[in-house]
Amino acid sequence: MNLALRDIRHNASRFAFTTVGIGLLLMIVMGMGGIYRGLIFEATLLVDRIGADLWVVQGQTRGPFAENSRIPASLEDRLRAVPGVARSRRFVSHALQREHHGKPLRLMVQGLAWPDDKGEWVSLIAGRSLGLALGEYVKFGKDRYRVVGITGGMSGIAGDGLAFFTVSDAMAIQFDLPGEALRLERAARVGRSENQDLGRTQPLSLERAGGPTSTLSELAPPQVSAILVTLQPGTNLDHTVNLLSAWPDISIHTAQQQRDLLLSGTVEKSKRQLGLFSVLLIIISTIIIALIMYTLTLDKIHDIAMLKLIGARNSVIVGLILQQALLMGSLGYGLAWWMGHYLFPYFPRRVLLDTPDLIKLAGITVAISVLASLLGIWKALRVEPNTVLT
Amino acid sequence: MNASPQQPAIEAIGISKIYGQGQTEVIALNDVSLSVARGEVIALLGPSGAGKSTLLTAMALINPPTSGRIVIDGVLVMEGADAKIDLRTFRRQHLGFVFQKANLIPFLTALENVQVAMEINDMPVRAARQRAMYLLDHLGIADRANNLPDALSGGQQQRVAVARALANQPNLILADEPTAALDSHRGRQVMELFAQVAHESLAGVIVVTHDTRALDVFDRIIEMEDGRLLDG
Repeated sequence: MNLALRDIRHNASRFAFTTVGIGLLLMIVMGMGGIYRGLIFEATLLVDRIGADLWVVQGQTRGPFAENSRIPASLEDRLRAVPGVARSRRFVSHALQREHHGKPLRLMVQGLAWPDDKGEWVSLIAGRSLGLALGEYVKFGKDRYRVVGITGGMSGIAGDGLAFFTVSDAMAIQFDLPGEALRLERAARVGRSENQDLGRTQPLSLERAGGPTSTLSELAPPQVSAILVTLQPGTNLDHTVNLLSAWPDISIHTAQQQRDLLLSGTVEKSKRQLGLFSVLLIIISTIIIALIMYTLTLDKIHDIAMLKLIGARNSVIVGLILQQALLMGSLGYGLAWWMGHYLFPYFPRRVLLDTPDLIKLAGITVAISVLASLLGIWKALRVEPNTVLT
Repeated sequence: MNASPQQPAIEAIGISKIYGQGQTEVIALNDVSLSVARGEVIALLGPSGAGKSTLLTAMALINPPTSGRIVIDGVLVMEGADAKIDLRTFRRQHLGFVFQKANLIPFLTALENVQVAMEINDMPVRAARQRAMYLLDHLGIADRANNLPDALSGGQQQRVAVARALANQPNLILADEPTAALDSHRGRQVMELFAQVAHESLAGVIVVTHDTRALDVFDRIIEMEDGRLLDG
């Protein structure tokens, strides 16, 4: 006869409410772990999926995600000439916030080197989106862009959705200036030229200085964030890295280094923060379950004394308390998973329930259930059979 | 049930129980000796504070005496406050208890309350269930077998408690004011039940009672006062 189940049957509503409470607590612990996994996933999503072996960025920087990076787009051609390089492509990344239908629209603009990079690695499915509809037009800078696909689960390190453009469109959005700003810049250039010998001796140059920036060969064209390099199969990665490291104007990061850069920054702090919260919640859960089990044991103290009087072994008493604690923990865990499964997708940032994490939490739940029942067991084992007479 | 019928169900020899010490010392039992034969039903009478319940709980092995010996079924169980055997196992196998309150486990049905006593004593579940049902039937409450204690009257609860006490066919049944919560009719029924059980199963039965209306069912009546036996 299972006494634990019969006691639960007798106090079903109390057990149910308590289990729901524990389930909610465990759901928060589960969510903390899920938020952390989500942070890692979002931070490394692009690096993992874009399929680059090397990230070539501005010299002495750790861009383009950890910090800003600006390099000439023409570097793409220099890199193609390096032995072992199969493919190099420009990459642009920058954050943007606009008003759309009266609401703030935050996105991470990702410029892909069309047609070299057609974005086949981007998962075009429904899911977390920027709130834009397929076929909808959005105005960025002076151009209108039509939404031609909706990605699923693509977000950046800050949790903002990723929006994919061609490199040139991404740059046009990034370097777009209002007409007045362009006029003022051109006038300033004319003014500076007028004060120099060249402007005085060659007045036609003032006309050129007042023209569009793109027509001035003296000025550098807009720069990209990084050049992505894919190596030929069988190429030694370290060898290519050593070769490119001799170029003083750039910095090289392997995909793994880029990943590490992302994870050792913002994510690392968040990890510690979430980890501490999780530990606190686990401790709180343990204390709460312990108090619940202790209270449930106190309620049964007379019955436990009676069981002892009629000769019940300690294992019967321990089983009664321990089985209830384990059942409460297990059901709470199941409830936490079930509730999380439906609630977490509505959280503003991704909550990723990783199977190893779930298994770990299941183990922790069993451990805290056992630990929490110890107080009740201690109390129960100290009860004298003659308590039944009081 | 490994003792011979000739052996007393219990022998309490020179039992004393002293609470506190110095100026607060109270002698609850003073050199009490008592022997109960198998199949014998005795009533223990006396005013409040006479030491009846103290003697009963000492013999029930839940309140060790300060001095004296307790021998049950020929086995020396207690010598002073020292247990000579595993008391819990011994209680499980040899003793049955009934108290003023039925003390049924509230989350078990009447049937389960009886069954659990046998399962604790390692009886297979099926056999325990059958015997529990038999006992409840024997005591006239088989129709309430699946009711929780809350749904039973005081008399019905007490009969379930009696069934539980009989479950493991004990050699000795100890009852402390078992009829206090019952009306005279029900009280008499319970007392007759003890007598019947004692005679049928050759168990010794000791009943502490204030109820003098059903004393005729007992084989022997022993009175206590100030921690001593007045008779027997």
